[in-house]
Amino acid sequence: MTPDNAVDELLARMAQDLRRQFAEQNHTSPLMIGIHTGGVWVARRLHQLLGLETPLGELNIAFYRDDFSRIGMHPTVTPSKLPFQVEERHVVLVDDVLFTGRTVRAALNEVFDYGRPASVSLAVLVERSGRELPIKADVIGQHMPLNEGEHVKLTGPEPLALVVQKAA
Amino acid sequence: MTEHSIQIDNQGRLKHFLTIEGLSRELLLGIMDEAESFAGVGQRAVKKVPLLRGKTIVNLFFEPSTRTRTTFELAAKRLSADVLNINVDSSATCKGESLLDTLRNLEAMHCDMFIVRHSNSGAAHFIASHVSPDIRVINAGDGRHAHPTQALLDAFTIRRHKGEFTALRVAIVGDIAHSRVARSEIHALNTLGVSEVRVIAPKTLIPAGIESLGVQVFHDLSAGLADVDVVIMLRLQHERMKYALLPSEMEYFQMYGLTEEKLAAAKPDAIVMHPGPINRGVEIESHVADGAHSLILQQVSHGIAVRMAVMAMAMASQSSVSSEAN
Repeated sequence: MTPDNAVDELLARMAQDLRRQFAEQNHTSPLMIGIHTGGVWVARRLHQLLGLETPLGELNIAFYRDDFSRIGMHPTVTPSKLPFQVEERHVVLVDDVLFTGRTVRAALNEVFDYGRPASVSLAVLVERSGRELPIKADVIGQHMPLNEGEHVKLTGPEPLALVVQKAA
Repeated sequence: MTEHSIQIDNQGRLKHFLTIEGLSRELLLGIMDEAESFAGVGQRAVKKVPLLRGKTIVNLFFEPSTRTRTTFELAAKRLSADVLNINVDSSATCKGESLLDTLRNLEAMHCDMFIVRHSNSGAAHFIASHVSPDIRVINAGDGRHAHPTQALLDAFTIRRHKGEFTALRVAIVGDIAHSRVARSEIHALNTLGVSEVRVIAPKTLIPAGIESLGVQVFHDLSAGLADVDVVIMLRLQHERMKYALLPSEMEYFQMYGLTEEKLAAAKPDAIVMHPGPINRGVEIESHVADGAHSLILQQVSHGIAVRMAVMAMAMASQSSVSSEAN
């Protein structure tokens, strides 16, 4: 368990990095989309810290996962909600942990079924080892080199805390 | 083999969807929750999700249907499945053997799911118990027996407009005797805990002993509609006139046709539903069918979302591991 204010510090740094990137790349009105469930918690905080005017989008990638034929349905309690048009806009995807990259692959596919964004960037609270796809984050709260069998999990929504499970 | 055990796999997941009977309240609510997620897909730029990509779904219709077949087809396509429509001549007497031959041929084409409509009660169940273990079967209406996806889409429509089921009084009006929709509807509403289900029809169109399904019987429309929250009208099938179960369409309309005047007996915010196709001026007047209380066209849209949910969940049980394992 991380100290209570640890995640807050990571979020503050991420907000700073995002603000700088928006300025550098001339994204005057970016759209933010959180990936269920942890990504939405992180996105809500970032959205608030950045004072974005467009509403926050929420993505549930259950219908886009690549393991349907292996493990079947994941219960989808909260449907995707994108209360805006993504067409020709800059989109920031937000997730809690970047691990294999498969969730982000699914999220990109889903976003493109809503329209064609001008560009997409990725912000994650934790970047851990174990990528299986050519996907990298543009904004990272914390790098975490974990061994196989070790896991990091965000608990929330209030307070947000990172929990690391060591390999048995 | 009971219907329950054939519909549910050993991990409690939906395998075939043949009848509402025997399914738990949790499962019905689970399908509706899933349908909520699918409901948004039709409004996006790309009206498709890749869930059933590479699966082949066969609409096996032994009885004509437009709405049910097209909504099943659209639901399958929105899940990215490939769809085959097969209309088997219903006038030919479907002997067990020829039906099995049809099945064996379709199995040889490596199909994954059959959507079955048949004029004989029990046809979908028969097919489900004879297909190879990987194939899933959904009942799209069998004889007078069941039409479970219609019942579920009606329940979905009710939930969207009325919220909790437990406080509701629902009336089903019309040809209860010949209606598979009515039977499935009654099972679904009672499973979901509706406080009162009423059936309203002339004596000739109500089967004896229907009370045992947990309904109140009314023969007078205004009395039956008093204080109801939901009115479900059924289509009056013209062939019923031939068998002299009813004097004439006009007389039926006078007694049981839903007019604004009759609807006034129901609660002011009552909703009116009909599985379609509607006979204007026979069971429902145009003012009501097109009026503010009517949800008839919403039912059609909801039908797609509910059928997507049922297909996706049944197909998901093809996988060998449960989702909890992840």
